[in-house]
Amino acid sequence: MRKFAPLITLAFFAVLPFAGFSTYIMHILILVIMWTTIGIAWNLLGGYCGQVSFGHAAYFGVGAYTAGILYSKLNLSPWWGIPISIVIVTLFAFILGFIVLRLRGPFFALATLASGEVMRISSENLVDITGGSLGIMLQERTWVEKTWYYYIILMIAVAAFFVVKKLMESKIGYYFVAIREDQDAAESLGINTTLYKTVALCLSGALTGVAGAFYTNYMGYIDPHVVFGLHDISIITIMIVMVGGVATYWGPFVGAVIMVLLAEIIRSIPGLGTAYQTLFGILLIVIIIFLPNGIVGDSRKLARLVGIKGASQ
Amino acid sequence: MNLEVFLQTLVQGLLIGGLYALIGLGMTLIMGVMKIINLAHGELMMIAMYIAYWMFVLFHVDPYMSVFIATPLLFGLGVALQKFLINPVLKVDSILPENQVILTVGIGMVLSNLATIFFKSDYRSTPVSYATDAWYLSDYWKTSPIELSLSVPWTVSFIFAVVITIVLWFFLSKTDTGKSIRATAQDQDAALLMGVNVKLMRVVTFGIGSGLVGAAGCLFIPIYYLYPALGGQFTLIAFVITILGGLGSTVGAILGGLILGIFESMTSTYLGMGWAPVGRFVIFVACLIFLPGGVASLLRKRKLGR
Repeated sequence: MRKFAPLITLAFFAVLPFAGFSTYIMHILILVIMWTTIGIAWNLLGGYCGQVSFGHAAYFGVGAYTAGILYSKLNLSPWWGIPISIVIVTLFAFILGFIVLRLRGPFFALATLASGEVMRISSENLVDITGGSLGIMLQERTWVEKTWYYYIILMIAVAAFFVVKKLMESKIGYYFVAIREDQDAAESLGINTTLYKTVALCLSGALTGVAGAFYTNYMGYIDPHVVFGLHDISIITIMIVMVGGVATYWGPFVGAVIMVLLAEIIRSIPGLGTAYQTLFGILLIVIIIFLPNGIVGDSRKLARLVGIKGASQ
Repeated sequence: MNLEVFLQTLVQGLLIGGLYALIGLGMTLIMGVMKIINLAHGELMMIAMYIAYWMFVLFHVDPYMSVFIATPLLFGLGVALQKFLINPVLKVDSILPENQVILTVGIGMVLSNLATIFFKSDYRSTPVSYATDAWYLSDYWKTSPIELSLSVPWTVSFIFAVVITIVLWFFLSKTDTGKSIRATAQDQDAALLMGVNVKLMRVVTFGIGSGLVGAAGCLFIPIYYLYPALGGQFTLIAFVITILGGLGSTVGAILGGLILGIFESMTSTYLGMGWAPVGRFVIFVACLIFLPGGVASLLRKRKLGR
């Protein structure tokens, strides 16, 4: 049964649009799946390989801007952005990895955080290429209906899920975990840690970049503050994985569902909308103190906590 | 005159560098003792700035006097954060060791968002009477070949920063508590064996770090505008200084702050204002690649610092 869980979930999501949901619900579903993809990508680098990145907005934004610039400067369809961003973002991650992967732990976190900010400030200032703070706007959207967008992002998410799953079940996956647990020990066992960390970073970056390119196509508008946002992209990505479950296959999905729904619910309550970051921050603090491995990772602990609460009531 | 512009830029950079050093000092102390990066550092400064702002608006307390009000308050806030939020996490087992860093991100988010809710996201500035005053070199030296100006609030803030830094240096090197803090930073286990209350020192250090950044916030109030999202940018500045200076090195943090101030001032004069933050990161990355130990490692080589 457990073995078929991914396929059953996939079948469930494939038939979901036939239920005839409103566009709003479809929009929420698309967001959930997009964030799941980004969460899966972050989890590969942060959860399995142990390199906690605070700057996934850099890859997301570069992917988004690849699609945007193809459209605005070369007059190509922004859908080309999805395959092309794989190449561009992989290259970008490779170059960035050359710098940031020399660092460990908190230093890596800070350097990646800085990389995201550098990209945001650069894209604000390189007005000729990116359009500066005005951003890039797609004149016409491909479809008005959301169904096709839904299937495209679902395909991307499924591909990301299976790539990561296959990778983690292979030898490379064990190398990643070995690097996370003790980099020096891994190196002394003959694992080329720099190579495997670069592989994890490039793959993670490319998956995030594809999600970014999709975002451009779906939203039809990008600007530096949105796609390179520290709080809106990088921190939310970390929160999705932390809430869902670090180093679990299903964690990013659970986290994305919770975070997207929570954001929508908070925004829909009048007077509470401006406080959503406070509530997210409190959620993050509570999760770290009580469920440090996330809902999926600490599911037994969670069940026990709920069970105790249920017994006392 | 080109030389004039250059010298003016240098002076300006030096003045802001002194304030940056104060921000960096708090960060480096926390990092040295606790081995974690406090990503809520800038938000703590933002809180101190709001304290100074409201003190001025409501009670007409001069921002420079607010240093004596905001610093103890921020010390208390830092102690509370460390005691009730960060310490419990140190004990929890988890897959990722960066949990504490992510926790400070959460704290920062809450602080900056609460500020937005309570004070709105308006840009505010404190209308002190001396905000635009300046001293001119030609007023004192009539035949001076070049003209330089020193803004009054910038200079007073700089002097305050220097005094606070000297007091901190005395505290760290002459008092028992200060020595215990340094011992904890050097080797926690050894310090514990020597009878240092490491747990208390962690709490005190976080408090002092917050107090320092609180003082820096009050000094920034007369020269800078204030808005709730300002914290993030100063957190980045603080960690760039910390890396530049070398981890946990106080001398390094001071030098790092001055270098960053001058460098930033130069980029904004010669490349344009928008690029100043990029210059900050260029120096950060260059430092990580070419000088991973920071300025402190150079000093150590010449046996100047500890």
